[in-house]
Amino acid sequence: MSLDLPLIWAGIIAVAVLLYVVLDGFDLGVGILFPFAPDPRARDAMVQSVAPVWDGNETWLVLGGGGLFAAFPRAYAVILPALYLPIMAMLLALVLRGVAFEFRARGRARGKAFWTAAFAGGSLCAALSQGLVLGGFIQGLTLTDGAFAGGPFDWLTPYSVMVAVGLVAGYALLGAGWLIWRTEGELHDLARRWAGTAAGAVAMLLAGVSVATLFLHPQVAARWGFDGHGFVGANLARLAPIPLLGAAGLATIGLGLARRSHVAPFAGGLIVFLSGYLGLAVGFFPYIAPYAMTFREAANPDNALALMLVGVAVLLPVILGYTVFVYWLFRGKVTGDAGYH
Amino acid sequence: MDVYALLLSRLQFAFTIAFHIIFPSFTIGLASYLAVLEGLWLASRNPVFKTLYLFWLKIFAISFGMGVVTGVVMSYELGNNWSVFSATASPVIGPLLAFEVLTAFFLEASFLGIMLFGWRKVGPGLHFTATLLVAIGTLISAFWIISANSWMQVPAGFARTAGGGLIATDWWAVIVSPSFPTRLAHMTLAAYLTTALVVGAASAWRLLKEPDDDASTTALRMAVGMLAIVAPLQLIAGDVSGKEVRRMQPAKLAAVEAFWETRTAQPFHILAWPDMAAETNRWELSIPGLGSWITAGDARAEVTGLKAFAAKDRPPVAIVFYAFRLMVGMGVAMIGLGAWGAWLSLREGVERSRPFLRAMVAMGPTGFVAVIAGWIVAEVGRQPYVIYGVLRTADAVSPVGAGQVSASLIGFLIVYAVIFSVGALYILRLIGEGPVEGAEAPPPPLPRAPGSALAAAQQDPGGAP
Ligand code: HDD
Ligand code: HEM
Ligand code: HEM
Repeated sequence: MSLDLPLIWAGIIAVAVLLYVVLDGFDLGVGILFPFAPDPRARDAMVQSVAPVWDGNETWLVLGGGGLFAAFPRAYAVILPALYLPIMAMLLALVLRGVAFEFRARGRARGKAFWTAAFAGGSLCAALSQGLVLGGFIQGLTLTDGAFAGGPFDWLTPYSVMVAVGLVAGYALLGAGWLIWRTEGELHDLARRWAGTAAGAVAMLLAGVSVATLFLHPQVAARWGFDGHGFVGANLARLAPIPLLGAAGLATIGLGLARRSHVAPFAGGLIVFLSGYLGLAVGFFPYIAPYAMTFREAANPDNALALMLVGVAVLLPVILGYTVFVYWLFRGKVTGDAGYH
Repeated sequence: MDVYALLLSRLQFAFTIAFHIIFPSFTIGLASYLAVLEGLWLASRNPVFKTLYLFWLKIFAISFGMGVVTGVVMSYELGNNWSVFSATASPVIGPLLAFEVLTAFFLEASFLGIMLFGWRKVGPGLHFTATLLVAIGTLISAFWIISANSWMQVPAGFARTAGGGLIATDWWAVIVSPSFPTRLAHMTLAAYLTTALVVGAASAWRLLKEPDDDASTTALRMAVGMLAIVAPLQLIAGDVSGKEVRRMQPAKLAAVEAFWETRTAQPFHILAWPDMAAETNRWELSIPGLGSWITAGDARAEVTGLKAFAAKDRPPVAIVFYAFRLMVGMGVAMIGLGAWGAWLSLREGVERSRPFLRAMVAMGPTGFVAVIAGWIVAEVGRQPYVIYGVLRTADAVSPVGAGQVSASLIGFLIVYAVIFSVGALYILRLIGEGPVEGAEAPPPPLPRAPGSALAAAQQDPGGAP
């Protein structure tokens, strides 16, 4: 039996992107919540809670992009030019907030204030840009002869803006959940309030985006039961577990906040993200550049995919192993006054 | 096609990659140096090594962070600006870049956390392992990226498909393409040299102000030893590289040496004013016969000149010519500095000679200069091709307008200028403060989980105060 390599690779990239979104999502979320921190000590604790792991988290972004380059080059070669400006904005924002981890600790009065702002602003801009990239991607790309043929601002629509705001709220929710889990005292209590607000915003925006997505393309509507002639209940029923999963996630957050659980809000946030991710993915699958190029059309020859699959089969378990080890090592609560450097 | 978009994309790529390479050239060497320091500390318990380790760790953290964020930019820029290149080259070098992420980037990024924040959280053995893994990760990363770049320089192990694309036919030949071993050696030595020069300069600076500083004396001696051994090796690797260029990329070699005519007994031009339109050097300062001897190993050998190639296949001559002379000049100066240092070590000791200390400080940044000059020789000399003989740079660019590229280029210029000046300021400030004995490592960001076995363990893995 021969393996369906393009399908396997589509799965690997999808998992890498999902891991990126939830992992860097919570540390970007911590940055987004930065302006609401009551005092410098709280901000230091917030940074400390993510400092040992942010770099590993961001590496999933490199695997997502690098994997797309290596497995689906024709998709890589149209998606990136199509979304040129928001991707560049994301990269610049990630540069600023990435160096801020070290620069904040080194800066004196003015420097520290500047890099504190850069950390917060960079996190927010990176999240907004990622949302615009996501929205621009899902609403579809204009191709002719396998090359991008649209305009520089195709990605900017009310839909993509709504997705971007939703993603910011989602990251803030993950960040707040993380802080509830990893901090104590006043910051922990504040994080509970942030999580409640963010969860409310996420619930509304997720509902809004879900409905709006149905109008993007007939294929998406058909998947969810609206095929242009009428409503096909069976289609919706097949996919119903996805929105139910999202509802379950929100319920977990709500209950967790009510019962003062330390982990449930974060876990609930992860479930909400999983549901949102699946919900968008079933709409445009099997397209990798919606709705113009399928993942099979974009894939590299089998010999390249097979070589890399051997690498992934050996290395990914090892990577996951030491990633879990690092998280385990730095488990437990951070305190506001554990100094850094 | 949009010529401005092409030009701007080239400028942007050259700027961002030249900016990125500054950090790897330093962190590859520094990671290895930190592993050596920690190993020596664990073996000898001499506190000087611990002081030095903790000092250079802080500088490493800043440089590594800047290396990571500028590297993430590169991996997306390939698609943003060079989409045709990406789609063409990926069937062959895609797996190489994927392996770089899987084998190197995750390793570096994950164990960096333990290296920076684990000093008082894990045992000394595990901490040392983390340092070692980060150092190995940087070397693996160099392996894959140089492999990809070497393939672009001298492509091998591939065929053209019916549809006009490329497909790999022999992975081994792709990964170990003809110029790869020499280039990997040359780049790794370059990284070690760059680090030795920075460590040496920082220590010399300290010793000029505080002549009895133990830690700085040790660091200076280590740096001088490194320099004395590695600088001559670099000359050998560079010479082999040059001879390979003559065989594999004759147009590049002709540009490097500003040879126009194909002839025997080529002169070596020390200085020249190459004029591409007139197809000659307007003036030159030359040593007869030496050109053939350097490039072919025989003063009477025939060496191909630029006129043997159609005008549209010639790289820009002057940039390549002068970048090469800059690199070699720096290399020779490094050999001289290393020899001087070795000689002093056998006599009164390097730390006692103030002229040497001053020279060491002055030479501090030359590694970076030589690295960037070297890459300019290699990449500009490969023009007009991006994959030598296979894909022209002009055909490789994305269908993105000049307006968008100028916007991103301005963004990079501003953001990189800010992070470069601030990063340099913070590193120089740390160097100015110098290694302080008994300085403490950053405490772990999280206290140990209550009741865990480690909670009762001694705080400092070294045991010494
Ligand atoms: C000879 C060495 C070398 C060269 C020529 C390059 N790099 Fe690099 N890169 C490294 C050596 C390195 C490194 C030593 O592994 C870095 C530098 C500091 C660091 O954090 O890792 C790194 C970081 C780094 C990262 C971040 C990794 C992470 O998330 O941890 C990416 C995505 C890239 N690089 C990508 C590139 C690309 C696309 C290049 C060429 C176009 C490139 N690098 C040239
Ligand atoms: C796998 C790694 C690399 C890839 C895929 C790559 C790709 C490219 C591409 C597409 C260009 C555009 C052609 C042009 O601008 O003229 C280029 C040029 C250039 N590259 Fe590389 N490169 C790689 C590695 C490097 C490295 C490590 C350096 C080190 C600093 C470097 C330095 C340059 C420079 C300076 C130019 C500009 C040449 C010019 O504008 O004429 N490249 N490279
Ligand atoms: C001492 C005499 C040296 C000679 C004869 C020499 C020779 C060369 C040659 C011929 C190339 C072009 C290779 C190609 O395009 O394929 C090159 C590239 C390069 N050189 Fe040098 N070099 C010397 C010193 C140095 C030093 C001191 C450094 C840095 C500390 C350095 C760093 C580089 C780098 C980074 C490249 C680009 C990567 C590569 O192509 O290998 N070189 N060198």
